[in-house]
Amino acid sequence: MQRFYFDHNATTPVAPEVLEAMLPVMTEVYGNASSIHHFGQTARQRLDAARKLVAELLGAEPQEIVFTSGGTEADNLAIFGVVLGNARCGHVVTTTFEHPAVLASVAQMDHTLVPVDGRGMVDPDAIRGALRPETKVISVMHANNEVGTIQPIAEIARIAAEAGIPLHSDGVQAVGKIPISVADLGVALYALSGHKIGAPKGVGALYVRKGTSLKPMMYGGRHERERRAGTENVAGAVALGRAAEWIGDHGEAENRRQAALRDRLEQSILDRIPDTRVNGAGAPRVPNTTNIRFDGIDSDALLIALDLKGFAVSSGAACSSGAPEPSHVLLAIGLSRLEARSSIRFSLGRSNTIEQVDALVEALVDSVAHLRKLAPAYA
Amino acid sequence: MPEKPLAVAMSGGVDSSVVAGMLQARGENVIGLTMQLWNQRRLPEIQSDKATGRCCSLDDVYDARAVAQILGIPYYVVNFERDFEDQVVKPFVDEYLAGRTPIPCTLCNNFIKFDRFLEMAAGVGADRIATGHYAQIRWNPDSGRWEMLRSVDRAKDQTYFLFGLKQDQLARSMFPLGAMEKSAVRELARELGIPTAAKPDSQEICFVPNGDYAAFIEAYFREQGIAPQEVAGELVTADGQVVGEHAGVHHFTVGQRRGLRVAAGEPLYVIATDPASRRVTVGRDRELLCDRAHASGVNWISIAAPSEPVRAEVKIRNKHAAAPAIILPTSDPDRVEIRFDEPQRAVTPGQAAVFYSDNLVLGGGWIE
Repeated sequence: MQRFYFDHNATTPVAPEVLEAMLPVMTEVYGNASSIHHFGQTARQRLDAARKLVAELLGAEPQEIVFTSGGTEADNLAIFGVVLGNARCGHVVTTTFEHPAVLASVAQMDHTLVPVDGRGMVDPDAIRGALRPETKVISVMHANNEVGTIQPIAEIARIAAEAGIPLHSDGVQAVGKIPISVADLGVALYALSGHKIGAPKGVGALYVRKGTSLKPMMYGGRHERERRAGTENVAGAVALGRAAEWIGDHGEAENRRQAALRDRLEQSILDRIPDTRVNGAGAPRVPNTTNIRFDGIDSDALLIALDLKGFAVSSGAACSSGAPEPSHVLLAIGLSRLEARSSIRFSLGRSNTIEQVDALVEALVDSVAHLRKLAPAYA
Repeated sequence: MPEKPLAVAMSGGVDSSVVAGMLQARGENVIGLTMQLWNQRRLPEIQSDKATGRCCSLDDVYDARAVAQILGIPYYVVNFERDFEDQVVKPFVDEYLAGRTPIPCTLCNNFIKFDRFLEMAAGVGADRIATGHYAQIRWNPDSGRWEMLRSVDRAKDQTYFLFGLKQDQLARSMFPLGAMEKSAVRELARELGIPTAAKPDSQEICFVPNGDYAAFIEAYFREQGIAPQEVAGELVTADGQVVGEHAGVHHFTVGQRRGLRVAAGEPLYVIATDPASRRVTVGRDRELLCDRAHASGVNWISIAAPSEPVRAEVKIRNKHAAAPAIILPTSDPDRVEIRFDEPQRAVTPGQAAVFYSDNLVLGGGWIE
């Protein structure tokens, strides 16, 4: 069976140019980047070059980039690192629809969850209202993973600056999809993940603005300017650097292409399948994501039915057993449990074509009609 | 296009793994689905070290997924936790507090496995399901009904828990193990290369892994933030004499001898529980004997609802040897009176009365 992948917000395949860049590093550039000899120096050079490429993508300085094991570690380092770096205790302001990497981190400390509106947008004034004298960090995602809405980070950064509180943004779902400039955004910290942008799992980065006080989460050698101990993953960093470089060269054109495909998918579904609506409609969104509610449908059943036809989509985060649970993001933007459980996320990527989109629409038309026929509540 | 898919409910145990394997070997287009019913990390205070007798543990899902991979079939976990809590766990707790002794497995069969699961299977394109239950289904063209029969392996027979199945549910269900001995099932598991071939059978109620129902109910109440009701009360004899105290009616089931802590000349048993007065009536073994009972919520399987009395062998709990009785219809079509030929010990409200004619399951109901 031919299989088509519409779940790029979950993860992406390693891009060919990335694989090409990282493969020789694994066998040929095996030195420890901290070693003094030639082998170590070669690794160090590759690591530094990669760091520069990632910094360029974000409009940052290379020394502001800390390589991590991924987005989750970058978010953890940002939140714990700043809170622990400031004082023994601290308060964090974040939103209700963050990724678990943020939500579960702030759950370990005093925190306020600011609600988001029905379009999937954070109100900067609500962030302002949640600040307290003891607030040590604000964390607001740049783009939401499930509905794709782009948050007013620059505006929130101004509020944060007035209050003298560092702003962290989880940029895992924004990098590669929209242009990023940490200077324009005004963030102190910014997390990204390799495997969402064509690099492999196991590498990510945290941007840490110069002067931001950050305590490490992992202790050991003096790697990454004493912000993240552990022998550097040179191949991973090279992969992330190459992915960043590709985005700089081709990202804009590719994102325009994906936006057209996404719009075609979205419009075809709305036109051809009754009682459908876009979650997060009306808000600025990343170009590859659409989250659609199919009234009267159990999204788990639709997801399985589509998978059996060869189309991979998503219906929310999976729990440890792999069973889907209703999306906390959709609940946070005001959907009922039932509405959340009838929503599907489609996230496009480089592999998707217009033919795949049209085939997906046909499969959806059939599967939704079949499921609705079986649903007694849907008449 | 391949054959229309058939969904197998895979628990990670030997039985359902064999069902998936044998149907696939038969050329069926098998989809494996595991129902996530209960989060075993809830209520940590009643956790058990026992590896068996629990459902939905991560190990079981791992096992089911591994079997699906070996067989090369599509496999998914579906989340019915909320349905399970509403339709099985809460009624289980309510029944105990109401002084009855519930059977959650039957509720799970009626409302989850042969309802939500059937619906999910149909949704993904599988009009038929198969499970690892030990029971047999056959079509009787003369009566125009789907009949249910006890399994060939009488020790494993699960028909007692399946009395609630309706004709349309039976029409879409398959129990491929019903005609096999358990030993043959394990043998087949080995032949099919199923890694769980030697896994022990599950015991106990799946969401009460240590078998302590009272502790489960108390832990569930604490988790739900429900203030513990005043449940302690008196132990009394049939003539009203107070002989002791107890910590709550939910600790007791009719016929129970354990945990009474009453010194008496001869062994005492629970005869009845009354949540309203919080009294537990105790008495001698012979006081447990009863020659009649009423059952409500009656479902007829292999025969249509009778208008005349029917002779049957009636099982009043899973391990009971069915006793000859006569089933009398009442003015309420969902309710019958059961008159046993010989008085039966510990006819327990909340348990099922299942009516058999030899191997045929006629139907059943809930003991009032």
